[in-house]
Amino acid sequence: MSNKKNWPLWEIFVRSKNGLEHRHFGSLHAADAEMALENARDVYTRRNEGVSIWVVESKHITASNPEHNGELFEPAQDKVYRHPTFYDLPDEVKHM
Amino acid sequence: MKNENLYNYILGIADNSLILGQRMGELCGHGPSLETDIACTNISLDLFGQVRSYFQYAAKIAGDKRTEDDIAMLRKEREYKNVLLVEQPNTNFAYSIGRQFLFDVYHLAFLTELQKSSDLTLSAIANKCVKEVSYHERFSSDWVKRLGDGTEESNQKMQEAINDLWTYTDELFHQTPADIAMVTEGVGVDVTKLKEKYYKQVSELLQEANLEVPESKWFQKGGKEGIHTEHLGYLLSDLQYMQRTYPNMEW
Amino acid sequence: MSEEQIRSLEKQFDERIARDEKIEPKDWMPEKYRHTHIRQMSQHAHSEVVGMLPEGNWITRAPSLRRKVALLAKIQDEAGHGLYLYSATETLGVTREELYDQLHSGKAKYSSIFNYPTLTWADMGAIGWLVDGAAIINQVPLCNTSYGPYARAMIRVCKEESFHQRQGYEIMMKLANGTPEQKDMAQDALNRWWWPSLMMLGPTDDKSVHTEQSMKWKLKRKTNDELRQQFIDQTVPQADLIGLTIPDPDLKWNEERQSYDFGAINWDEFWQVVKGHGPCNKERMKARVNAWEEGEWVRDAAMAYAEKKQERKQKQAV
Repeated sequence: MSNKKNWPLWEIFVRSKNGLEHRHFGSLHAADAEMALENARDVYTRRNEGVSIWVVESKHITASNPEHNGELFEPAQDKVYRHPTFYDLPDEVKHM
Repeated sequence: MKNENLYNYILGIADNSLILGQRMGELCGHGPSLETDIACTNISLDLFGQVRSYFQYAAKIAGDKRTEDDIAMLRKEREYKNVLLVEQPNTNFAYSIGRQFLFDVYHLAFLTELQKSSDLTLSAIANKCVKEVSYHERFSSDWVKRLGDGTEESNQKMQEAINDLWTYTDELFHQTPADIAMVTEGVGVDVTKLKEKYYKQVSELLQEANLEVPESKWFQKGGKEGIHTEHLGYLLSDLQYMQRTYPNMEW
Repeated sequence: MSEEQIRSLEKQFDERIARDEKIEPKDWMPEKYRHTHIRQMSQHAHSEVVGMLPEGNWITRAPSLRRKVALLAKIQDEAGHGLYLYSATETLGVTREELYDQLHSGKAKYSSIFNYPTLTWADMGAIGWLVDGAAIINQVPLCNTSYGPYARAMIRVCKEESFHQRQGYEIMMKLANGTPEQKDMAQDALNRWWWPSLMMLGPTDDKSVHTEQSMKWKLKRKTNDELRQQFIDQTVPQADLIGLTIPDPDLKWNEERQSYDFGAINWDEFWQVVKGHGPCNKERMKARVNAWEEGEWVRDAAMAYAEKKQERKQKQAV
């Protein structure tokens, strides 16, 4: 492969309708942000799937390492007191 | 036909979209990148959608047995009224983009005015199309800038395309008798009034794109009267192939 | 890592998949898993993109405006599907350019069916009905495959593809109900596309090299022969319904199996096409290589422009 510069990869986030969050839809290639937006419009919203698009160049995303999943996420598993079901209340109590 | 001027006027508008849509459709599967391929197909689809609205309306006005497809595919070459610009071939991507850009700037200005037509069907069609064409114009302008102000090679290619296509721009502002009649009735758009703004806008963008505005004052015309370049015949033989080979059938 | 450690990781990995857990790009995975996925996913992407060509032949000649927009939209979807699948493959650490390189150099394969020519308008119907029909049978189970990005791409592909087969069958139906000439055209297309469509579901199980491993990784849920039977059983009644005849004299309903028995497939032809000697292998590859090479100056220009714009922005900021 030559060392020439190819169009970088972008991650595409689309808001399906107002009131919903932007959701990751997929990725595509584009030379710059404007083109990424235009391409995203044609690639990911052809069927009326969106009202707003975010594009982020993939290299700018920092991801957690799955090898650290143990230390990152497992400690949260036994913190049941963060959930309402941890607390015992009589059935008569309403609206809580 | 009772309303022949209106019929001809609609054909004049629709044929531009038909022939340009056909040209853009040729690129499908052959674009410089998958993303660009999808974008060009979208433009083609928009244009064919517009064509169908126009021809369905024209068929209603004609009031005989003709359908949208008969009107689109069963006329003779001399009966097509599109401007010469839109029938020019996809010599390379610069030509495709240049053709699209030079037409889009006109098309958007035209549709913006057509929205005010006293003919409610036409103004409704224009209203829908103007959004699509705003996007086309942005897309093609962006690409003219990328190619014009990209590499030395792309600059050269884009300049060559603009130089070659320039000769077909003046015709956009010619009026046929049907045009004049429709303007008088408040139905049509007076294209002569769009000319100055068109050249200003196009020139500004070309300059921004590091391209020279051609100085030539020699222009080609004839498409609106059905006198086309040699390219159209080949395009039509594809477009009409099925309807001609298997007449009077439904598909 | 010692071999023992790797074996233990592989065991855990297989267990995760068996539990129906998904594998995501940054997770540890056996090299073989990565390679197999790059191969299968890119092959799938290539098939979508090369598959645009035989149908693309008919865009300019579609018989009506309605058919023209439907065909254009369908082919555009195929470009989209190629794009989703290339993107999913890229999560495994390979670039799209590398994948194209493999395709253009002949190293990577794509579905052989696209090496057959589209000679008449009815071929658009036959491709939608049969080729997309066979593809759907292959693809639906992949929505549950173990590799997350692939499964997600396939969910999108399957959702969008639901109109493709209907589009094709509608074309065939219209022809079959049309003039005798149109009906002949439809029958001729069915005759030419039937056997290649059956071959599209892959070599028979005893000749298929990847099946067992692919089953474990959920790249496959059923064997090629099972899929082929499913395709035949669902397609034959569809042909009957519109009065077309499946070109197989040995085709017969088997009451005991509750399935159709069918005639022998010409696997010599299959391998000939796979090995590059089908009617259109050269044309298809030439078209792809041309598009890529002729597009190079365009892609370079866009990149150069993006960099200039960035520089100007930075200068302004200073």
